[in-house]
Amino acid sequence: MTQDYNFAYLDEQTKRMIRRAILKGLAVPGYQVPFASREMPMPYGWGTGGVQVSASILTPEDTMKVIDQGADDTTNAVSIRKFFEKTAGVATSEETSKADVIQTRHRIPEQDLREDQILVYQVPIPEPLRFLEPRETETRKMHALEEYGLMHVKLYEDISKNGAISTSYAYPVKVEGRYVMDPSPIPKFDNPKLEMAAVQLFGAGREQRIYALPPYTRVVSLDFEDYPFEPSKADHACDLCGSDTSYLDEVIMDDAGGRMFVCSDTDFCRSRRAAGHVGAQGVPFEEDAA
Amino acid sequence: MTPLFQVKDLSKFYGNRIGCKDVSFDLYPGEVMGIVGESGSGKSTLLNCLAGHLPPDRGEVLFDTRTDGMRDTIQMSEPERRMLGRTDWAFVHQHARDGLRMGVSAGGNVGERLMAVGARHYGDIREQAIDWLGRVEINADRVDDRPSAFSGGMQQRLQIARNLVTGPRLVFMDEPTGGLDVSVQARLLDLLRGLVREMGLSAIIVTHDLAVVRLLADRLMVMKDGHAVETGLTDQVLDDPQHGYTQLLVSSVLQV
Repeated sequence: MTQDYNFAYLDEQTKRMIRRAILKGLAVPGYQVPFASREMPMPYGWGTGGVQVSASILTPEDTMKVIDQGADDTTNAVSIRKFFEKTAGVATSEETSKADVIQTRHRIPEQDLREDQILVYQVPIPEPLRFLEPRETETRKMHALEEYGLMHVKLYEDISKNGAISTSYAYPVKVEGRYVMDPSPIPKFDNPKLEMAAVQLFGAGREQRIYALPPYTRVVSLDFEDYPFEPSKADHACDLCGSDTSYLDEVIMDDAGGRMFVCSDTDFCRSRRAAGHVGAQGVPFEEDAA
Repeated sequence: MTPLFQVKDLSKFYGNRIGCKDVSFDLYPGEVMGIVGESGSGKSTLLNCLAGHLPPDRGEVLFDTRTDGMRDTIQMSEPERRMLGRTDWAFVHQHARDGLRMGVSAGGNVGERLMAVGARHYGDIREQAIDWLGRVEINADRVDDRPSAFSGGMQQRLQIARNLVTGPRLVFMDEPTGGLDVSVQARLLDLLRGLVREMGLSAIIVTHDLAVVRLLADRLMVMKDGHAVETGLTDQVLDDPQHGYTQLLVSSVLQV
């Protein structure tokens, strides 16, 4: 196939610049490295940061998987997958275990990742202190001097208003006892999974920041002694595959209060159903039934 | 007795204009010093230099730290100075809005300094916050209200509680009663006087209101055009002013 684009869309100099930022991010886990984010052929908020990171780490032999809120078949996932099929000509897969590079928006796959895999996050707002302290000069200083009391003020406010820490996504974490980091808007259910075997890269296109977690990095969710961190999910089992350990989406079925809970990780749900698990509202799995 | 806070030949220039020039004084533990002068006399510049908000051009600002004794706070590294700023020092702004987080509840505002120095127990933080709200005469049931729902006087009292919760030894106050009406001022002054005496605080109070220093300050420094023109015991300076400008200042106070 003749290539209309340089491999993976970005020119080599840009990829070099982004790789340097990634390496710096890996060397200082949780530190937000500024980089010269490029205009991408998609609007900000659609994953321009993640796409640039993926583009600079892809090799022609890689298999890529893209998920959006856990699903492989939603607009964002489909369009980014197509983007790399077209500009990089890489193989794509919906199966977590087959992918070398997984770009994700707002979820970590249920299946444990391996050391030879890379997870790329799309990040809307990389600065965990942003809504508490609007000045970038000040937040940078706070990171530099490790002044993180303010982060607990947010959690304090949660408890005083709602009786519990109500922050349920983008839950702040402390990386290797040093930097406080926004894990992107993943549900706090996924926070414990941030300590994993795979390399995790975070790209924020509009905000021009890249940060990273090397494998097996210690990641602690912030909390209070008397209000410890709790990963939470809907108290239900998946209605399609019957899993009671996976993170669930609630789907409204009709206007009479009908609803069902399904795994947000579509690949996880599909592979469980293929293995013969059936949930309360599910039907036995047939290949290519959809 | 060794001084808690020593200032030696402090000068700050804005280009060719003088912010403040060759100001020196000692402040002893438990002592309250007032700095008075008209607008533009350099008293706010001086206070900001003392509190580390502005870098002075010349001079030394020494503070008797808990661990290392007398240290020049200007030569300190920024982390050390900021640490001092949220433990042993406190700064009360003229406008409560500058010193408070308006989007955070009263309890969160008071608790912030505690959390900044490592408190991680919600129950304890909240208990202390409520205790401090009580000390500045704010009802415990307002602990979850935002400062924007408070009156000006309450906001100022909340700012004081937020600053004093970590038990500082030195408090800088920039016109703490500015913009408040007289009855609220009187109450705030009464409260401040009580807290300062009870906690044995040292304080430096900048104001243009002579009544404030008469009530609160042990000693007085009068500033004019960036220079300290007269210093002495408060009653002595106010009742028997020596410098021409001080005489003018004292005689300018309206008698009701």
